[in-house]
Amino acid sequence: MPRAGGHNSAMVRFSRVALAYPDARGRPGPEVLRDISFTLGEGSFTWILGPSGAGKSSVLRLMQAALRPSAGEVELLGVPLSRARRRDLPPLRRRIGVVHQEFRLLSHLSAWDNVALPLRLARVPEARVQADVAELIEWIGLAGKEDRRPEELSGGEQQRLTLARAVVTRPALLVADEPTSELDARQARRTLALLVEMNRLGTTVVVATHSEDLPGRHPARMLMLEAGRLVGDA
Amino acid sequence: MREAPRARPSRDPLGLRRALADRLLVALVAAMALLAALALAGRAGADRLAERWRAGAAAAVTVQVPEPSPERMARALAVLRGRAEVAAAEAVDPERMAELLRPWLGGVADLPLPGVIEVRLADLGADPQALGVAVAAEVPGAVTEAHGVWVAHLTALAGAVQALAFGVLALVAAVAAAVVGVAVRAGLSARRDAVLVLHGLGATDADVAGRFARRAAVLAGAGAAAGAVLALPVLALLAALAGPLAGEAPWEALPWMDLLLLPVMAALVAWLATQATVRRWLRRLP
Repeated sequence: MPRAGGHNSAMVRFSRVALAYPDARGRPGPEVLRDISFTLGEGSFTWILGPSGAGKSSVLRLMQAALRPSAGEVELLGVPLSRARRRDLPPLRRRIGVVHQEFRLLSHLSAWDNVALPLRLARVPEARVQADVAELIEWIGLAGKEDRRPEELSGGEQQRLTLARAVVTRPALLVADEPTSELDARQARRTLALLVEMNRLGTTVVVATHSEDLPGRHPARMLMLEAGRLVGDA
Repeated sequence: MREAPRARPSRDPLGLRRALADRLLVALVAAMALLAALALAGRAGADRLAERWRAGAAAAVTVQVPEPSPERMARALAVLRGRAEVAAAEAVDPERMAELLRPWLGGVADLPLPGVIEVRLADLGADPQALGVAVAAEVPGAVTEAHGVWVAHLTALAGAVQALAFGVLALVAAVAAAVVGVAVRAGLSARRDAVLVLHGLGATDADVAGRFARRAAVLAGAGAAAGAVLALPVLALLAALAGPLAGEAPWEALPWMDLLLLPVMAALVAWLATQATVRRWLRRLP
């Protein structure tokens, strides 16, 4: 039975979810996720753990509305993915912040413009963009480096920039895929602190990692995956 | 908190200024616009000449009847109307004839003028000589002139040129759309990661396609404007050569409105082609 993690409103609900990526001919390939069910409550912090290939990234991609389940149902912020119309997904994605392991910053834009991008896509007035981005740049400790391109920043700085871009719209759900795997211990601690701070401010946070140390630094609910199955929920 | 806002926010999150090959696309569209300008000028010129010649070819054949008594005119008309190759035969009003000749002959009331019958042939390939022999056999002294047949042939030729110009324009538009489509697909490949990032951040298909389409439309519009400017000397030369035939000043013969509309039409074709290409590409994403 899925549990709500002690929180009232469900932000993410997986119900008997299976996922199979299509092969080169567009036919469903082998299942990478099987019979996965859980619920994440509003304001919760959840670790998704498991070895490489366990299916963590696939679960997170479903949580980003970047995929639809092959079977079962994924409900994000009350929107059922399998039944949602294509035009309903962009507004949903704007309410979900994503931190990628490989950063995915736009190399031709400055640090400032990378952070401002989600606000401009949401057609937020430029005066508010200026204020919000300035605040976040300050928050992640990149003040004075806002005109630099991503490749001119260190790995840790790029990861914090990715985090700033993910939270600049004040998303209801923040999803991070191996956010510290490319960082040294000091930068990893700093990134984790920012994630925890976002959760403290009310954002539902989900972090996937294969690290065994990271969850120990911030005890929270842990979903354990193995070979595409949910094998533990603690 | 920063005190002053940044002055120049990026309006090009996809980096399209570099991803959409501007020089090549502009040059290709300019070349096609040049062809389109020539086709448009050809169409406009043929249109004017056809209109002018069409008036002259109102009668492909004329028959002159000396001593135009009512009986002789009626006999001539009966012969003409009885022949299969004749679509219509009408006597020209003597008063209209006198009016037409007044500038040359003055107002001499008793000057003997032949009766004139205007003949329209059902088939421009019919032999006007046979027609003349038949009329002269019934109405001695009747003379048939067939210079209008040539005018009618030229008018038909002008019509064919017009149709050909439309075909060339359609072909140029189709090739332009294909060229833009190829350039946009190359741009999508170059900016695939950026497009995926925007898609993940909640950009709609209209957002992404609109950014590509605006860039492609600007490039195509600029290319077409360059092509139209390049076409001007050629068109001016052609207009100068055709001026005596068209009966108007060379600069009047240039299709100014078409040339001004060319960049607008090129931008529209590029915008539509890009929207279709990008939206089709994005449909592969969830």
